[in-house]
Amino acid sequence: MRLDAADRQLIDRYQRDLPVCERPYQEMAETLGLTEDEVITRLCRLQEQQVLSRVGPVFEHSRAGASLLAAVAAPEAQMDLVAARINRAPGVNHNYAREHTYNLWFVMTAPDEDTLDERLDELEQQLKLPILRLPMVEGYHIDLGFAIDWEALP
Amino acid sequence: MSTSTLKSEPLSAEDRQLILATQSGLPLVPDPWAELGEQLDMPADEVLSRFQQMQQSGVIRRVAAVPDHYRLGYRFNGMTVWDVRDNDIAMLGERVGCLPFVSHCYQRPRHLPYWSYNLFAMVHGTSRDEVEHKAGLIREVLGGACSGHTILYSSAILKKTGLRLRKQADKQ
Repeated sequence: MRLDAADRQLIDRYQRDLPVCERPYQEMAETLGLTEDEVITRLCRLQEQQVLSRVGPVFEHSRAGASLLAAVAAPEAQMDLVAARINRAPGVNHNYAREHTYNLWFVMTAPDEDTLDERLDELEQQLKLPILRLPMVEGYHIDLGFAIDWEALP
Repeated sequence: MSTSTLKSEPLSAEDRQLILATQSGLPLVPDPWAELGEQLDMPADEVLSRFQQMQQSGVIRRVAAVPDHYRLGYRFNGMTVWDVRDNDIAMLGERVGCLPFVSHCYQRPRHLPYWSYNLFAMVHGTSRDEVEHKAGLIREVLGGACSGHTILYSSAILKKTGLRLRKQADKQ
């Protein structure tokens, strides 16, 4: 995906600290040397192209309820079935296949800790596989984006 | 930045509504607060001030143009996991979290004998070599406090929806 300099600058500058004020896109436009309309048009296009997954707030999961990272070691032959069961379980919002004995990694969420434990217990019984439970003990850098090396991209 | 000290306070019904209305993005119009206000039957200035309060209280972690790294060309997503001496993990976790190419860095519990890694750092790259090079830089930061590591590459994204509050009250 080739993006022009203004797109890149927009993404670099606003992976965090998007202004929260009466006219946010106007303020962005002033910083970037564009018009408000240009900023909005670019954001809409980048979102349509799925270069941006969204423009808006990233919520702190632990403040809206409970969540944890979990993993299971699914036998290779059953991986699709196990993955489908995990995806159907209430509260699962991410599920990644990874190359490891623990080959399915998912985030389980719930309104509170008790419900979270119940959901995991229930899923564990359904899957008949032990679930590795890896709650966050401490966060050192949480989802704040990272510097994109545009020149290195294909 | 440490976040383990954040304590949950229950969200008000209005704040939950505002989360629901904005969790897949802000309206891309000159006055997004007025548009949200219409949806929520709330004055625009109240929408904006609630949003700002949620930022201050930490319910909103950041407000951003959130890139899809895979779509941009970062096809290799390596979850690097490290077995770090407990006494050193706080200091070293902070330092690993500061590396410019680390997008997330967390301490998580070990589950011996099945799982011995207590530090997780997410690294993105355009090739495996690039991810491995970056993992090497993390290894240098950890030095002698690290007694083992591995990289778990993602082979498929099976589900990714971000935070989603249920429309019907999830909490009864």
